[in-house]
Amino acid sequence: MNEPTSTVSMTVNGASVQREIATRLSLVDFLRETLRLTGTHVGCEHGICGACSVLLDGDPVRACLMFAVQADGHAITTVEGLAAPDGTMSVLQDSFCETHGLQCGYCTPGMLIAAHALLEQNARPSTGQIRDAISGNLCRCTGYQQIVDAIQLAAQRRGDAVSLAAQRGGDAVSIAAQRAGDATR
Amino acid sequence: MRANEHLRLTYFPLHPMKSATFQYAKADSIPHACALLCEYGVDAKLLAGGQSLVPMMAMRLARPAWLINVNEIDELKTSARRSGADGEVWVTGAGVRQIDLERDEAVAAAVPLLRQGLSWVGHVQTKNRGTVGGSLVHADPSAELPLVAHTLGARCVLRRADVERSVEANAFFIAPMITATEPDECLTEVHWPIWRRERVGSAFDEVSIRHGDFAIVAACAQVELDHAGRCVRAALGIGGAASTPVALDAIARSLHGTALDPTTVDAALRSIGDHLDPASDVHATAEYRIHLARVLAARVIRQARADALSPPHRGPQ
Ligand code: FES
Ligand code: FES
Repeated sequence: MNEPTSTVSMTVNGASVQREIATRLSLVDFLRETLRLTGTHVGCEHGICGACSVLLDGDPVRACLMFAVQADGHAITTVEGLAAPDGTMSVLQDSFCETHGLQCGYCTPGMLIAAHALLEQNARPSTGQIRDAISGNLCRCTGYQQIVDAIQLAAQRRGDAVSLAAQRGGDAVSIAAQRAGDATR
Repeated sequence: MRANEHLRLTYFPLHPMKSATFQYAKADSIPHACALLCEYGVDAKLLAGGQSLVPMMAMRLARPAWLINVNEIDELKTSARRSGADGEVWVTGAGVRQIDLERDEAVAAAVPLLRQGLSWVGHVQTKNRGTVGGSLVHADPSAELPLVAHTLGARCVLRRADVERSVEANAFFIAPMITATEPDECLTEVHWPIWRRERVGSAFDEVSIRHGDFAIVAACAQVELDHAGRCVRAALGIGGAASTPVALDAIARSLHGTALDPTTVDAALRSIGDHLDPASDVHATAEYRIHLARVLAARVIRQARADALSPPHRGPQ
């Protein structure tokens, strides 16, 4: 069987990439297998679990429900793009650590993407709005409450991010940086 | 073929959740999409939001030879009020994203059932991709947008090459995943009727396993009241209880002239089962679906009436 191929160019976490790929390659497989950005997880591969969530031009979408060719000319942000370039975790990511917003971590990249998109749009979401924003993401471990707590905490911290970052000192940040470094390796 | 062999072996081991191969084209205008459809016809599928088609391809339930991406066509993304021969309508391009429609205040004022229905649809990630037209042509009998379209008598505009026709919702939906759209036609616009009166109210409700799942049964209603509070116009629809959404026009008409009081409404809904043809499945029996249809229909009529009466008399301006 002939495998049709296509050339795609897009921006991924701010860097432009161009690749020749199998046309039927899903966006999540492109990110994980071709670009080796394995931070984005893949669970069900048919649009149920939300583990594969990424930002497409700033909006959260399921990367298993797009072919990579459809992202041609667009900008993708994965969970790797949420931390600072030096690996320092974002306020949101740090809040997940703080509130035990993850156990096995399988759902976490998708949760982070969904929560990040929410906070970008709505700095002070209500609990209901938070639950709605993550309703398309399944978690088998946490029972969700700590995830809601994490997002609430992040919203609070983002409100006065500067002063808090100063107070928190270096320790948490360097641990976070080390974790981020491990995750991208 | 040999040159590409590595791609196949790397990405596509014998895995059931990967799409089969297809040829791909990106259409940059409606005429371009139509030309591609004419060329590849039955072997081609239009790819809009892909929230139903892509999982079906992953499960190999759909194996189109050609996939024509219509996501980059700006003409398909217009959304505006228009007055025409059959009164005022809100025209949405088939490619309008569900999230954009849901968040549009002008749409919510003109055709409130759209926002009310969309609040039950999927999740933010799926609504960011899912389109109005994609939901209609997928024609899931329990989906919300087809139900609103059928209840209000929306018109679907279909284009083949340079021939355009418009089909009313009651002739558009034929069976699950089957619509009046021919293989070489593209749904371009949907015309949603605007009820331009003061005392208009509407409501949407459904029962599903979890919020965002497909409805077991869904119901929606829109009513217009006169100054004495009597119903002068009504529309009522049920989803998930037949092979297409069902507009209960006879029942809606029987409510004209009444005050929509509970006794009248209950009496009108007694025979609702005669208009429905639900199936039994693992989620619900046919009898339970009819029960739900009756309960939800009464509820949405009551809520629509309250909505019409609630000050200020909101209604499409
Ligand atoms: S892997 Fe995409 S939604 Fe589950
Ligand atoms: S932390 Fe394990 S699935 Fe959410």
